[in-house]
Amino acid sequence: MRLKYSVEQLEAMAHNIRVDVVESLHCAGSGHPGGSLSIAEMLSVLYFHEMNVEPSDPNEAGRDRFVLSKGHAAPAYYAALAERGYFSKDLLRTLRGIDSPLQGHPDRKKVPGVDMSTGSLGQGISAAAGMACYAKRSGKDFRVFCILGDGEMQEGEVWEALMAAAHYKLSNFTVLLDNNNLQIDGQVDQVMSVYPIREKVEAFGWKVLEADGHDVKDLCDALEQAGKNTETPTFVICKTVKGKGVSFMENQAGWHGAPVTDEDYETAMKELNA
Amino acid sequence: MLSTREAYGQALADIGETCDFFVLDADLSKATQTVHFAKKFPERFLNMGIAEGNMMDFAAGISTCGVPVFASTFAAFAAGRAYDQIRNGIAYPNCNVKIGATHGGVLIGADGGSHQCIEDIALMRAIPNMTVLCPCDKEETYACVKAALAYEGPVYLRFGRLGSPEVYKEGTLDFAIGKGQVICDGTDVTLIAIGDMVSRCCEAQKLLEAEGIHAAVLDMASIKPIDAELICKFAEKTGCIVTVEDHNVMGGMGSAVAEVLAKNCPTPVEFVGIQDQFGRSGTPEDLAERYGLTAGKIAEASKKIIEKKG
Repeated sequence: MRLKYSVEQLEAMAHNIRVDVVESLHCAGSGHPGGSLSIAEMLSVLYFHEMNVEPSDPNEAGRDRFVLSKGHAAPAYYAALAERGYFSKDLLRTLRGIDSPLQGHPDRKKVPGVDMSTGSLGQGISAAAGMACYAKRSGKDFRVFCILGDGEMQEGEVWEALMAAAHYKLSNFTVLLDNNNLQIDGQVDQVMSVYPIREKVEAFGWKVLEADGHDVKDLCDALEQAGKNTETPTFVICKTVKGKGVSFMENQAGWHGAPVTDEDYETAMKELNA
Repeated sequence: MLSTREAYGQALADIGETCDFFVLDADLSKATQTVHFAKKFPERFLNMGIAEGNMMDFAAGISTCGVPVFASTFAAFAAGRAYDQIRNGIAYPNCNVKIGATHGGVLIGADGGSHQCIEDIALMRAIPNMTVLCPCDKEETYACVKAALAYEGPVYLRFGRLGSPEVYKEGTLDFAIGKGQVICDGTDVTLIAIGDMVSRCCEAQKLLEAEGIHAAVLDMASIKPIDAELICKFAEKTGCIVTVEDHNVMGGMGSAVAEVLAKNCPTPVEFVGIQDQFGRSGTPEDLAERYGLTAGKIAEASKKIIEKKG
């Protein structure tokens, strides 16, 4: 079932996802805050506005699919799934624990709603393209969405997947790029530039759109446009801020993967709930 | 005399008539023989170009939609080049993907060391959730393809390039994943082989028989899971083992057999295979001679290990 949350509701949901992310990472004592916080709006819009999914029947054959290619942003993914009703929000506090289904990176065998296990960068986009291709070849009308990291574009396999998706005209396939321009060792353009992204991806045969990754209305419009594209796959460059919503984490490469201490937690929650 | 890769291609095209599955290839469909399936069922075939990593994950994605997928290329580009995609994209998520890897071992011939994959079984065997099969002739190839399809989960299938002499007459093979086959019973030594080495062991068995040595020959096509019971039974019966494979002696079928023996019934083993070195160009027979994969060398190894058991 496709929900149609309003702009205000989608913004509130992105906020909930951020709170869940900070709480679960605080409980876990390790994990990836920066890249989780930067995709909160994208997940809100996908799960509460765009995607046709059924949490009570997570493997329903006709559902839309989602693959988090940047698997380290799992805390945000788990938060969105819990908020959408795939499992209890209480589970979020077990993140990364020894008996928890919520692994450090998403595991499709353990978590209802996770369509593909990811973690090794560059691979999720290929798997997502495979799903979209299956739909095309089998006459199914489901759509496939994938969130890709900008640093992840340094992996050669991403370009193999872009090539294949355009070759097979997977117009039911939409990639959202989390373009926060930060990776573990620093700025993407300094570590290993992937720019100019638009020109490169267009040259690979995709329709390329740009959106403010923290503006839910902008994201809704982009996904609607992508849905109308019947010729090529669509690539949405979402301009984002790593660590968005928690000021001391914003635009800090150091917050790619770092523990949220008790003090960090208090400060972050105060700010989020202000 | 069909090679197991040719039998694989025929099996896909035949079984595709009654079973629903996809086949992917990476620009080697004529060599891997998936071309027969491609011609017959173009709507279920995808050429992914020379991009093996993407092919493996793409296959995994298709499989999550409920249909098995065969992803084919040379062993060197499957287990080697796309190792991480097989590990993290197929085995870790336990996807229903069958990796059809042709051109395993040095006996592929003149292409040389870059293309002669001698470590694929070791790599694939070490991945949890992965089943590893290596058939020896047409009949067993068909059986392996059918068994892989009937099994829900990742399977690595290793095929050779050369023509493989018939080991099993049509309709005589009772194959199952996890089950070894007794090709010939014996009392003095047990030869355990995979792929093209099975028929070479049959030749070695004849050479030994002429000298009054009674060798048993086992076909261990199911490398993982392996038939521990059968291995122990013959270890106890013959007191020594020779493993024979066109693969590095480190980590392959011989190592799998040794693991079983060390744990259950310590028995002397001689390992015939590639002695931890890369291959080279040459005719298959020159290569077999150079790397010790002939019936004569297998017979020699047998006599050596018989002496050792005392």
